[in-house]
Amino acid sequence: MLQLADVKKSFAEPGGGRLPILDLPSFRVAAGEQVVLMGRSGCGKTTLLHVIAGISRPDSGSVTIDGVNVSSLPEATRDRFRASKIGYVFQTFNLLPGFSALENVLLGMSFAARPPEPDRAAHLLERVGLKHRLKHRPSMMSVGEQQRVAVARSLINKPVLLLADEPTANVDTGHQQQIVDLIRETCHEEQVALVLVTHTPEVAKQFERVDSLEQINRAVKPVAVH
Amino acid sequence: MSLWKIAWRSIQQRVLASTLTGISMALGVMLVVVVLTAYAVIKQNFNSGRALPYNMIIGAKGGDLQMVLNTVYYLDKPVENLPYTYYEEFLPKSQRKDGRDGEFSDSVEAAIPVCMGDYYRNFRVIGTTPQFFEDVGPPYKIHYAFSAGENFHQDHYFDAVVGAFAAQQAEIHVGSKLKISHGVEGGHIHDQPFTVVGVLAPTGTPVDRGVFINMEGDFRLDGHVGSRKEVTCVLVRTARIPGMENLPEGSAEELRSLINKGTVARAVMPISEITRFFNRFVDPLLMLFLFLAVLIVIVSGIGILVSIYNSMSERKHEIAVMRALGAGRSTVMRIVLFESILLSLGGGLLGWFTAHSLIAIASPWITSQTGLFVQILQSGAIYELILVPGLILLAALVGFLPALAAYRTDVAKALTATP
Repeated sequence: MLQLADVKKSFAEPGGGRLPILDLPSFRVAAGEQVVLMGRSGCGKTTLLHVIAGISRPDSGSVTIDGVNVSSLPEATRDRFRASKIGYVFQTFNLLPGFSALENVLLGMSFAARPPEPDRAAHLLERVGLKHRLKHRPSMMSVGEQQRVAVARSLINKPVLLLADEPTANVDTGHQQQIVDLIRETCHEEQVALVLVTHTPEVAKQFERVDSLEQINRAVKPVAVH
Repeated sequence: MSLWKIAWRSIQQRVLASTLTGISMALGVMLVVVVLTAYAVIKQNFNSGRALPYNMIIGAKGGDLQMVLNTVYYLDKPVENLPYTYYEEFLPKSQRKDGRDGEFSDSVEAAIPVCMGDYYRNFRVIGTTPQFFEDVGPPYKIHYAFSAGENFHQDHYFDAVVGAFAAQQAEIHVGSKLKISHGVEGGHIHDQPFTVVGVLAPTGTPVDRGVFINMEGDFRLDGHVGSRKEVTCVLVRTARIPGMENLPEGSAEELRSLINKGTVARAVMPISEITRFFNRFVDPLLMLFLFLAVLIVIVSGIGILVSIYNSMSERKHEIAVMRALGAGRSTVMRIVLFESILLSLGGGLLGWFTAHSLIAIASPWITSQTGLFVQILQSGAIYELILVPGLILLAALVGFLPALAAYRTDVAKALTATP
C-alpha cells in the first residue's frame, strides 16, 4: 500500500551545502498494517512523514501510495490526493481555534472537495467519546479531548493511510494509552494503514512492527557513545 | 464547509481588529454615499429650477447669481427693487394707462412682475399676477396644475395660491387665511389676511415651496405702499422670432444687451447662470468632496490590507495546517481573498445603510433649513451601484498581498514551528 524507494531528502545549509536528512533505500507498509517508527530527535521522523504525505517532495526516489507515485504528481494534484487518501495526526493537534469540534472535523472534507457529511463527522466524534462536545471550541476542551478531535478529523475522508506524528507527546501519561488505543482501534475498524512516530518505548512495545529510523535511514550518523 | 464560512470564522477569530477595520471601511463608504447623495440632491434641485415659464429675469443692478438664487430658487435675500414704471416699459400699450408701447415691449412676449420680502412662516411669499401660472406651452417645460381650487383673479386683491410642499408642511388648504410677515421670524405681521383659493399640484420645482399672493394686494398691505410702487424683478418671456418659435432665446440677447447698457436694471438669463454656477462652483466642489471620500475608502482598504497582512505571521501555522489537511495553495489564497471581500463588503454595506438611514432622518430638517428636497434613494443611487463592484475590486487588490503570503507559506516549516 505504501512504498518508498530510494527516497533522499536534504536541506540547504547556510554555508551553501546540503544537509542530508533522509536516505531510505526502502520502506513498505501493507494495507491495514500498523507500524511504529522510532528514533531520536533530529533523525528525520517528521521529515519522513512530510515526504510520505506529499507536503515535501523528496530530492530523489519515489513514494507510492495505493498505486500512485505521489512524489511525481504536480503540487495541486498531490494536495487533493493528500486530502482524500491520507489522514494526519499532529503532535500539537493543530485544531483550528475558531472552529467547533464538529467544524474542525468537517474542515478536512472541504479540502477533499467532498460534500459535507455532518452525520459521519458526528459519528466519528461519538466514536472518540466526544458526542457531548460537538459544538465546543478547542479552547473549551482538555488536551486529551483535543487530540481525540484530531484523530476524528484525520479519518473523516476515509483515508487509506494515517500518519501520526508523536500523537501522545503532549498528552499526560494518564491519557496516552487512551489515545494510542483510540488510534489503533479506529484504524483497524476503518481498515486504514498506520504509521505512528514515537520516541516512547511504552507506546512502541504495543505494536507488532517497530522500525528504528536510525537503522533504516542512511542519512543518520551513528551517535558516538562514550 | 464552504471557503466563505472558513473566511468568516477567521474574521470572527480576530473580532476586535476585524470590527475596527470594518468600521473604518463603513465610515469611508458612508462619506461617499453622503457626498453622492448631496451631489444628486443639489443637482436635481437646481435642475428643477431650469423648468421655468420665462427665459430672462430683470432686476436691480447687482449680482447675477444672487438674482437667480432669489428669484428662481427663493434661496438668497431679495435684491433691491425696481420702480414699477420700469416694469411698465415691458408692457404693450394695451396694458398701459398712458396708451403708448413700453420701451422694451416689442422684444417681449410676456412680462410678469414679482415682489418679494415677505414670508408665511418659513415660506417665501411672492407677490405676482395670475399670469405667473398661465400655461405657456412649448418650448417652456413647465405646466402648473391645481390639486385643489384655482388660480387667483387679478381683481381679487387678497387671494393667494400655495405651492404643494408649503401647503402640506403648513397645513394650508383652500379657504385658509394667511397672515404674512415682513421677514422670517419676529417680523411685523400684516393685519390683512390673504385667502387661499388654490393649491398647486407638485411640480418638483422651487415653486412647490412658494406662497403666491396677488401683487395688487401686496401693494395694499400696511407699510408696503410708499411714495412709489416697486417690484423686485420682472420675469420675461422674450418675443420669438417668426419661423423660430421653438427658440425661446429669440431676441433675448439683443434685449439683454440693451437693458444692461442702461443704469436702472440688469438682465440675466437664468438657465445660463444656473449652468455657469454649476460648472464653476458646485461641480468642482462636489468633485473635491468625492475625491476625499474615495481617498478615505482607499485608506480604509489599506487598513484591511495591513490588518490581514499583520495577522498572516500568526496565521502561518493555521494555513499550514489547512494545507496539510489537503487545501491547495489556491484554496488558502482564496480564503484570504474572501476574508478581504467580506470585510470590505460588510463594512461597505454597513456604511451604505448608515448613510441612508442618516439621510432619511435628516431629510425633513434639510428640507426645512434649505428648501432642498431629499429622498432616501436619490437619483445619485445609480452611482452607488458602482460601490459594490468597486469594493470587491478594492478588496481583491488589498487582499492580494496577504493572499500571496498565504500562497507562499512553507507548509513543512510552518508546521514544525511552535504554533
